[in-house]
Amino acid sequence: MNFFLETLVSGLSAGVMYSLVAIGFVLIYKASGVFNFAQGSMLLFASLTFVTLVEKGAPFGVALGTTALVMILGAILIERLVLRPLVNRDALTLFMATLGLSFVIEGLAQLLMGSDVHMLDLGIDDLPVSVGGLMISQFDLFASGAALALVAVLSIVFNKTRMGISLRAVADDTLAAQSIGIRLPAIWRIVWSVAGIVALAAGLIWGARQGVQYSLSLVTLKALPVLIIGGFSSIAGAIVGGLLVGATESLADIYIGPLVQGSVSTWFAYILAVVFLLVRPAGLFGDRAIERV
Amino acid sequence: MPSLSVPTIILAGALGLVALTGSQPASAQEHKGEQLYPLFTYRTGPYAPSFIPFGAGNRDYLRYINEVEGGVDGVKIFIQECETGYTIERGIECYERYKNGYDGALTAAIYPHSSGLDVALTDKARIDKIPIVSPGGGQNIATDGRVFPYQYPLIFDYWSEAQIVVDYIAHQVGGTDKLKGVKIATLYHDSGYGRDTIEPLDILSKKFGFEDIQIPVPHPGEQQQAQWQQIRQAGADWVFLRGWGVMTPVAIKTAARVGFPVNHIIGDIWSGSEDDARPAGGVAKGYLAVSVFPPGTDYDILKKLKETIIDTGKSDLKDDTKFGTVYYNYGVIEAITFVEALRTGHRKFGNHPLTAAEGQWALENLAIDDQRIAALGAKGLISPLQTSIANHKGETIAAKIIQWDGTRWDTLTDWIKADTTLFADVIRAKAAAYAQEKGLVLRTASN
Repeated sequence: MNFFLETLVSGLSAGVMYSLVAIGFVLIYKASGVFNFAQGSMLLFASLTFVTLVEKGAPFGVALGTTALVMILGAILIERLVLRPLVNRDALTLFMATLGLSFVIEGLAQLLMGSDVHMLDLGIDDLPVSVGGLMISQFDLFASGAALALVAVLSIVFNKTRMGISLRAVADDTLAAQSIGIRLPAIWRIVWSVAGIVALAAGLIWGARQGVQYSLSLVTLKALPVLIIGGFSSIAGAIVGGLLVGATESLADIYIGPLVQGSVSTWFAYILAVVFLLVRPAGLFGDRAIERV
Repeated sequence: MPSLSVPTIILAGALGLVALTGSQPASAQEHKGEQLYPLFTYRTGPYAPSFIPFGAGNRDYLRYINEVEGGVDGVKIFIQECETGYTIERGIECYERYKNGYDGALTAAIYPHSSGLDVALTDKARIDKIPIVSPGGGQNIATDGRVFPYQYPLIFDYWSEAQIVVDYIAHQVGGTDKLKGVKIATLYHDSGYGRDTIEPLDILSKKFGFEDIQIPVPHPGEQQQAQWQQIRQAGADWVFLRGWGVMTPVAIKTAARVGFPVNHIIGDIWSGSEDDARPAGGVAKGYLAVSVFPPGTDYDILKKLKETIIDTGKSDLKDDTKFGTVYYNYGVIEAITFVEALRTGHRKFGNHPLTAAEGQWALENLAIDDQRIAALGAKGLISPLQTSIANHKGETIAAKIIQWDGTRWDTLTDWIKADTTLFADVIRAKAAAYAQEKGLVLRTASN
């Protein structure tokens, strides 16, 4: 039983880390209805910038602040150079633009910072501590705390502030929002900046676990089933979806893997996502699309 | 839109033609008399960190041969890079581009630098009669050159690696007779590469009586908590870590999380570079790995490269700290196999650029013995290598065990030799089955 619980808890903590990645997608989807293919590249760019600054001798806080500024600057440039010329184009066009953007960001990262593998130490031991008789990693506890804090801040920002309400208006009906004076470019700049900072948080946590290297952008593959399950437009959905994916794939690897003599976690999350698509296409917390026909 | 006059259009056309002809190569035979070395690169993408020092080792050695030794028996090597991004489709494009030589320089062999590409080129190479050489990363079945005349999985294979790992563990527990009851878990990348050691370990476990536990990790391996909990629950004594890329540092870190001793984890050759251990931080101290490409700079050939290439600013390395790393030395070793194959061919065919047919002969008549290794200044860097039609890998398969001290690798053992006779019959039977399936006639020395 203890083994089952430890597997479950470790799966849930992995799920929290998937959620951190998924939240970045949700933010941009909420603001523009676009699936941002470049989120993984942003995560890579942010963590690579941070670790490069630290290696050059910058103190932790300075590196963190500078990287956040770089991500905000990047968001402004993306809005000005990529999104603004495509305003009012359909979602597929914007999706293709983010696809191209991902290649540009990864290419820039390699050009500016090289392709070395970097160690990232956040000063938190990745060693187990006993919590209620279960061995749980201190690092997982930290990651869970960081994710919860992030969700709390984002929830306040999006539900209680003027900016958050504007953002929801833009997501609901872009043209109507513009007609009442909401400035779309400003909203996009803010949302992409926040998504960039979320990417930094996710990048630091994933980078500390596996090292900062180019395959870091692949963690977004884990975010896709999380988004399908939780819903593309819900931060709470990203959290619940992440926990579900993390727990089920961890348990599936232990209990189903040996039956099929192979690892199952890669496809198991996607099978789960397909089931959700069939039963609940908008995901657990996603907005149902209602269109006049 | 303003209209253009006829003379203006003619002038513009003429200028365009001049510009076009001016951009053509001066001659399509500019490198006649040179030996082409098509260097398949992956300087971009997720695997670039391993290629960059590897490619530098490769280029630096060939540059040393060209500039310090005046070429291979006087024949200069002409390097042409082709970026594959470690993808098979781009690799095939590169193969097609250079299989018949380039700009007058002849192709004697192609090193695809990818196990997947090596497999993908099997049939093409047979039709085109181009030798495909994959030191440390070729197909084990292709050891049988009677069935695979154009594949050269030189130096090493994963079956021998499994044997070397078991041999090392046997030494640690007090001999092969003490292996009975020892639990060895293999944590493998769930791919063709990773699954390749399931069969030999099964054979070895039956022979020596140890318990063989096989646990797959899905690509890319960024999450392994479940697998390491399985290892802990099974009570494994040793872990043979067959990782690739990000899977290795995550494995080392996760092992620490479940309390598995790092000095009982033995990484395979693709889990044994600096970039595999360093990202895991302090918990990697004591981690072991199999090494066919021993790191270090204390080899005569490395000292010569330092003096003539690195210190003179001619190296392909942008970061000199990579000099003597596992991947740099791998590049040097691979380049040595190419140059030695050329020398072998020159002895038979004369000192001129080799054709692919001559390259094939040279590659299956390689004989790099201890004396030659000493002359190359590579004592301790490479083990003897002797190929034949029946054995395209080499008669002696050996590796060292290295240990991470937190910042660099220390060499723990001398060469541990695999007993190549142990699996020879199985490999030959697999090759024979392949030949039957494809309707191939087995080669002999006479045909």
